[in-house]
Amino acid sequence: MASDLLPALPEIILAVGALALLMVGVFGDEQAVSPVTSASVALIVVAGVAVILVPSDGLAFSGAFVLDPFARFMKVLALVGSGVAIVMSTGYARAQKFERFEYPVLIVIATLGMLMMISANDLIAVYLGLELQSLSLYVVAAINRDSARSTEAGLKYFVLGALSSGMLLYGASLTYGFTGQTAFAGIASALAAGVPPLGLTFGLVFLIAGFAFKVSAVPFHMWTPDVYEGAPTPVTAFFAAAPKVAAMALFVRVMVGPFAAVTHDWQQVVTFVSVASMLLGAFAAIGQTNIKRLMAYSSIGHMGFALVGLAAGTQAGVQGVIIYLLVYMAMTLGTFACILAMRRNDEMVENIDDLAGLARTNPIMAFMLGMLLFSLAGIPPLAGFFAKFYVFLAAIQSGLYVLAVIGVLASVVGSYYYVRIVKIMYFDDPVGGFQPMSTELRAVLGVSGAFVLLFIFVAGQIGSAAELAAKTFF
Amino acid sequence: MLDWPLLTTVTFLPTIGALLVLAIRGDDEIAHRNMYHVALWTTSVTFILSLVIWLNFDPDNPGFQLVERADWLGGTIAYKMGVDGISLLFVILTAFLMPLCIVASKLTVKKFFKAYMVAFLVLETLMIGVFCALDLVLFYVFFEGGLIPMFLIIGIWGGPRRVYASFKFFLYTLTGSVLMLLAILAMYWQAGTTDIPTLLNYHFPASMQTWLWIAFFASFAVKLPMWPVHTWLPDAHVEAPTAGSVILAAILLKMGGYGFLRFSLPMFPLASADLAPFVFTLSVFAIVYTSLVALMQEDIKKLIAYSSVAHMGFVTMGLFAANAQGVQGGIFQMLSHGIVSAALFLCVGVIYDRMHTREIVAYGGLVNRMPIYAAVFMVFTLANVGLPGTSGFIGEFLTLIGAFQVNTWVAFLAAIGMILSAGYALWLYRRVIFGEIEKESLRSILDLSWREVAIFAPLVLGAVYFGFHPAPIMNVTAAAVDQLVGNYQAALSAAGQLAAATP
Repeated sequence: MASDLLPALPEIILAVGALALLMVGVFGDEQAVSPVTSASVALIVVAGVAVILVPSDGLAFSGAFVLDPFARFMKVLALVGSGVAIVMSTGYARAQKFERFEYPVLIVIATLGMLMMISANDLIAVYLGLELQSLSLYVVAAINRDSARSTEAGLKYFVLGALSSGMLLYGASLTYGFTGQTAFAGIASALAAGVPPLGLTFGLVFLIAGFAFKVSAVPFHMWTPDVYEGAPTPVTAFFAAAPKVAAMALFVRVMVGPFAAVTHDWQQVVTFVSVASMLLGAFAAIGQTNIKRLMAYSSIGHMGFALVGLAAGTQAGVQGVIIYLLVYMAMTLGTFACILAMRRNDEMVENIDDLAGLARTNPIMAFMLGMLLFSLAGIPPLAGFFAKFYVFLAAIQSGLYVLAVIGVLASVVGSYYYVRIVKIMYFDDPVGGFQPMSTELRAVLGVSGAFVLLFIFVAGQIGSAAELAAKTFF
Repeated sequence: MLDWPLLTTVTFLPTIGALLVLAIRGDDEIAHRNMYHVALWTTSVTFILSLVIWLNFDPDNPGFQLVERADWLGGTIAYKMGVDGISLLFVILTAFLMPLCIVASKLTVKKFFKAYMVAFLVLETLMIGVFCALDLVLFYVFFEGGLIPMFLIIGIWGGPRRVYASFKFFLYTLTGSVLMLLAILAMYWQAGTTDIPTLLNYHFPASMQTWLWIAFFASFAVKLPMWPVHTWLPDAHVEAPTAGSVILAAILLKMGGYGFLRFSLPMFPLASADLAPFVFTLSVFAIVYTSLVALMQEDIKKLIAYSSVAHMGFVTMGLFAANAQGVQGGIFQMLSHGIVSAALFLCVGVIYDRMHTREIVAYGGLVNRMPIYAAVFMVFTLANVGLPGTSGFIGEFLTLIGAFQVNTWVAFLAAIGMILSAGYALWLYRRVIFGEIEKESLRSILDLSWREVAIFAPLVLGAVYFGFHPAPIMNVTAAAVDQLVGNYQAALSAAGQLAAATP
């Protein structure tokens, strides 16, 4: 029993801690908000340390839960994303008078769900983790309940999310029906035993549809722009980072784990989803004027690029996905730190044109944001280039030439709208400065900017760490 | 001395200079002067160190020298630097032009002075890196990284249509390059390495060579640029600030030619031989068509930009003739054009700074007020035309000899281009310099200042000296070119025997 609990130690820490904080929040008065927020960050840090330090890899709870190098890597990523999202929200919450203790606690609970997803080794555990995460996210999207936009975003997200959960469940039940197993190992051996029946392929497709919704890949991306735009900005920053990592990790684990024997079947679907996401992300973002909406399309495109690695279906591919998620998260958090700093006359501004002439009014922020945007566009020597490098390396190895060519051309189209923001910041005349950036946003921006710029020096080490994590499946 | 990583020093010294410039606080006159001096000193020291490379270089050795290696991306993708006879001179050319650009920019840059110096210094690192890199991925990082500073240079400090020009430049070059990236990845999986010296001796299958060649061609043809993908160049040149045009014409375009020499010809010889007629066609089109277009230009910078495209046509023609004369001529033409076009853009910059227009009709009779300028402009106009005794002649003549051995029609048509180049260049000279001063505004125009004389003196010296005495350049490149041409012919005859043996 103790051996079951040990691999799940980080999850247990988060679960117990979240419940305790909830009590503190409920019984404390308004002054409890700030300590609860700090404690939530501390809790996430402790969980992160636990993820790294828990000694043994292995299965727990009759094989429904697994801790392996891949899970560790992804959990650290998800925890960093969640922790940074809470930190970035503090200044916003103070300024916009929306200080609710539920917010950090809900993020901790959502993070718990993410860790469960990453470690899921059984279809039931998959659903458990996914729903824990999703239900928390629906509430977080609508957290600013006095705002019609925020409420609308939450409702949209909930309705569409429920539909996708239904599809996922349907896929899971078909899989169970045709293999008689819910455990990943059991599904894998059942598939390896003989020619998979047609019904199983249906199940697979429904599963992929559910996952595609969670990573906001085309054609299940419709919720993304509305939710990104409607939700309060710190919530959007949170949505763009950690949940994507967790959902993609789950996607990868289910595809290359239990369904490894039918790689050829899911490869086609993932390739299509990937191509469609890259193209839509590239073209639809061009016309956007709201920067949060633009980031929504940008994230759709980036998930398409990450899926290029999954479509390869090889160790190099999984390695590419891991590196892509790491770099994507760093870039996204840095960019959102800038978006959160777009404050003028005590109001948040969200239009891209509000950035005009930033190079004059705030040269350091303009430089950092410019660098992040070039990185998002995938221009070397910045980190975004290496992310794309590794996924396309895998795609070429697997002979997916058409996918690779479409992918790089989509990245050129995509570079246009990132570079357009650089143009607005550097080439256009100023429209007035922003209020000074708060300390925590400066810290986030500084760290992510340094990561993006200096990635080239540690690319080898990160590459081998990701390779180690990817070896889990092969 | 040889233990010291000389190439890395030369490559990254400008970046250190950029960091120093960034550390200087303030935005006043004194701060600007400090930044200027830091930038000037860094680029000058870089130039001196690049000459040290030349001293340590053994011209009889055709292989790569001063090689440095460090682990980078794990596996076989490494940080590897080295120079051979082909790349050495481009490194020196880059380092030579950079201090001149800094001096030329001192008084003309009005806004974002610090960012300007930083952008140029970073750009120098990336350009030198391109010529030193001995690993494909490393090469790509340098090659593509140059887009960011150049985009900003055109977009921030450029002319009225700078936004359009900067986007066109950025998107054109990026589109070409990403396909090359895929080819690099494919080569990695095929050959198991991205080490350039190893790949030079690796024989790719014939069918694969064609695809790889096309992907590399997409990138280099845009960069060079070749007709019909040259249209970004006139826009970028016209809108870029003077120093930006200098760098663009003198160095960035050469990356395309260098790429053909380093990758296309030696790594894909079969595809190069198959597609050489295609390249010849485009080259001849570039030479004749863009020369005609240049005749009709009303903007001085645009005229010189089109003449650059025409001159690059000679380069591709010479390189793909794939004999010693053609390749040597191509390299010489690139170096000579690096000096001459840089000087011509600086010449335009001189009168633009005074009159703030580049329209040809706005000038006339400058010789009356600016005799020194007229003399300097004369030297470079004639060098651009390819008059014997200037560096321009050697390159064009050798490429024509090379092409003549392969295809007389190509050489014949290209020679027509030489006549046309005399047409547009001399006509431009007559309209701008000769005649009486008729415009009121020109009556008080001043001749070259000592600073401008100091910029032009080394360029005049280079253009004339190498015109009379090309041996120093030829000696450096000879061994490497002989090896390149030898390997190329050997690969072709091996493939020929194979084809003959298989019924």
